Amino acid sequence: MTTSNYATERETTEGKVFTVTGGDWDSVVSGTDPINDERIVVNMGPQHPSTHGVLRLVLELEGETVREARSVIGYLHTGIEKNLEYRTWVQGSTFVTRMDYLAPLFNETAYSLAVEKLLGITDDITERANTIRVLMMELNRISSHLVWLATTGMELGAISIMLYGFREREYILEIFELITGLRMNHAYVRPGGVAQDVPDDAIIKIRELLALLPKRLKEYEDLLSGQPIWTERTKNVAVLDVTACLALGVTGPVLRSAGLAWDLRKTMPYCGYETYEFDVPTHTGGDVWGRYQVRLAEIRESMKIVEQAVDRLAKPGPVMVADRKIAWPAQLAIGVDGMGNSLEHVAKIMGQSMESLIHHFKLVTEGFRVPPGQVYVGIESPRGELGVHAVSDGGTRPYRVHYREPSFVNLQALPAMAEGGLIADVIAGGASLDPVMGGCDR
Amino acid sequence: MTSPHDKPNGGGVPVPVTPAGATSGAPAEHPPSSPAGRGMFGNQGSGDVSGFGGLVRPRQPITGASRPFGSYFDEVHDALEEAYPGFADAIEKVVVDRGELTLHVRPERIAEVCQVMRDDLALRFELCSSVSGVDYLGADERRLHVVYQLTSMTYRRRVRLEAAVPAENPHLPSVTATYPTADWQEREAYDMFGIVFDGHPNLTRILMPDDWEGHPQRKDYPLGGVPVEYKGAEIPPPDKRRSYQ
Repeated sequence: MTTSNYATERETTEGKVFTVTGGDWDSVVSGTDPINDERIVVNMGPQHPSTHGVLRLVLELEGETVREARSVIGYLHTGIEKNLEYRTWVQGSTFVTRMDYLAPLFNETAYSLAVEKLLGITDDITERANTIRVLMMELNRISSHLVWLATTGMELGAISIMLYGFREREYILEIFELITGLRMNHAYVRPGGVAQDVPDDAIIKIRELLALLPKRLKEYEDLLSGQPIWTERTKNVAVLDVTACLALGVTGPVLRSAGLAWDLRKTMPYCGYETYEFDVPTHTGGDVWGRYQVRLAEIRESMKIVEQAVDRLAKPGPVMVADRKIAWPAQLAIGVDGMGNSLEHVAKIMGQSMESLIHHFKLVTEGFRVPPGQVYVGIESPRGELGVHAVSDGGTRPYRVHYREPSFVNLQALPAMAEGGLIADVIAGGASLDPVMGGCDR
Repeated sequence: MTSPHDKPNGGGVPVPVTPAGATSGAPAEHPPSSPAGRGMFGNQGSGDVSGFGGLVRPRQPITGASRPFGSYFDEVHDALEEAYPGFADAIEKVVVDRGELTLHVRPERIAEVCQVMRDDLALRFELCSSVSGVDYLGADERRLHVVYQLTSMTYRRRVRLEAAVPAENPHLPSVTATYPTADWQEREAYDMFGIVFDGHPNLTRILMPDDWEGHPQRKDYPLGGVPVEYKGAEIPPPDKRRSYQ
């Protein structure tokens, strides 16, 4: 074949070059294409630093080009949905907070909104409780996007941004610790409101963060945006347009980076988001660069919301519904040995009021009853639409709770992004989806 | 350890009973009541001295909605009726509850209905937000329900489609041709409930290991777990603890 009259060959520094003058193209090409015989299947993961947790990618490679990509998930499946069916409705919030561990407050809020809708008390949630929820969610959005920035930077070779991103996130986690008692897995947002009020020192710390963060964000942009390696690795990489996003169900920053300003906070508001002033950042590139720009802009928008929420907290008020059959009888208090029931309340139920003791006991052990039926609630998590489908049988436990996890749904788009590109871009594309496997596998 | 096929004894796991509701062929509205007062404190049947253990609370039945449905529901209903010739045959029941519209669809029609829901200009449900299963064991002869949450970005509306299939023949068409995003979600419903979506490109397990037996989120599949000792007392696993109706 190489001696064919139709294709004369000559050696160059780049390898053999054929000048094809006609004839049987297939045999000319297949007989001399060494790459074709070297299709290999590579298992990336489940233990691989660049796959954001225990995600396994099966890649079929031709040289460095990805021909087929399939993702394998389930390595972090913990059966949270099934476990919820054996706990009370309030205990549920301690489980769901552990799903997407970078956005625990979103999991809790979505769950609480669903339970409240089943109970029919959505309108009874106090203004202050809603403000605190919004405040906590937006702080959480900032911390989640910072982790995205940190890990994606690291995966694309920018180690310093990893350290900086985690440093600022740590600052937000300290605020969470002040307010909820825990850095992660808070179980702070509960059906009916939130577990306890925001202490004053947390407000001071949030104001410090608001003063600090703009400077730091500018530093990150200076560090990354103008850097040729960063732009080369992100621009026109892993492109997904609006059509592909909708077909594959991709929502959140990835959809907005393609140009569709779909944000549930604006389009289907909840928790009073319609009363806050903020913009929905979009980009038209649909590539990793666009997602980077959208997420940075979203951090700035979240800061606007946090600022407005903090201002509103100046007005005191209850943080739980007034219904004594749902709200626990007393706020928790911080003691020397950590958080627990307030001592006044303990003194009352143990010393003065037997009825209060019975009521407290029944509410904590049995829980409240939720009228039968089903609801679906969707909120905008840092990764997209986080939906909760909750079914009640009228009892004290959830009959079924299903989480529509944006990590799970968005990860389906990975083959569409990766196939036909370079293997290095699989990492960039996968990271730009920001999958959190704890949420994906549940 | 309990194997998936052990009969659950006690705990909050409902045991299979003769389907009570929905023998007329219509899908069940809500799950069966969970058994009361089962679990670690014993007293099965007779004497829970508190008097609350065996109390059966009345439950408000959710009946099929009648016109006007309110909100945008009438518009969606009419648009679907106009655009889809098989409407009368395909839609078993319309339910409006807690401000949400649920259309109960005959399972073999679900793919067609989804196609119309997405393509018709007056409906335009571009996004299939979620597909999941629910097991109505004991309340419905067709106990496995598949629930589709559709979102119209154009009109900012949500609609729930629900299709019920029996466990003996858990087949219904896949909607992946209309909504490719349903791919993994249908695989999850297959994995967890054993619902078979005909026409799905690759219906394999997704969260559980490939060689797993049984479908873990079915109601007759026990939670499992071992008792733990705490300060001399034995604490039973969660599904063996006392439950309240």
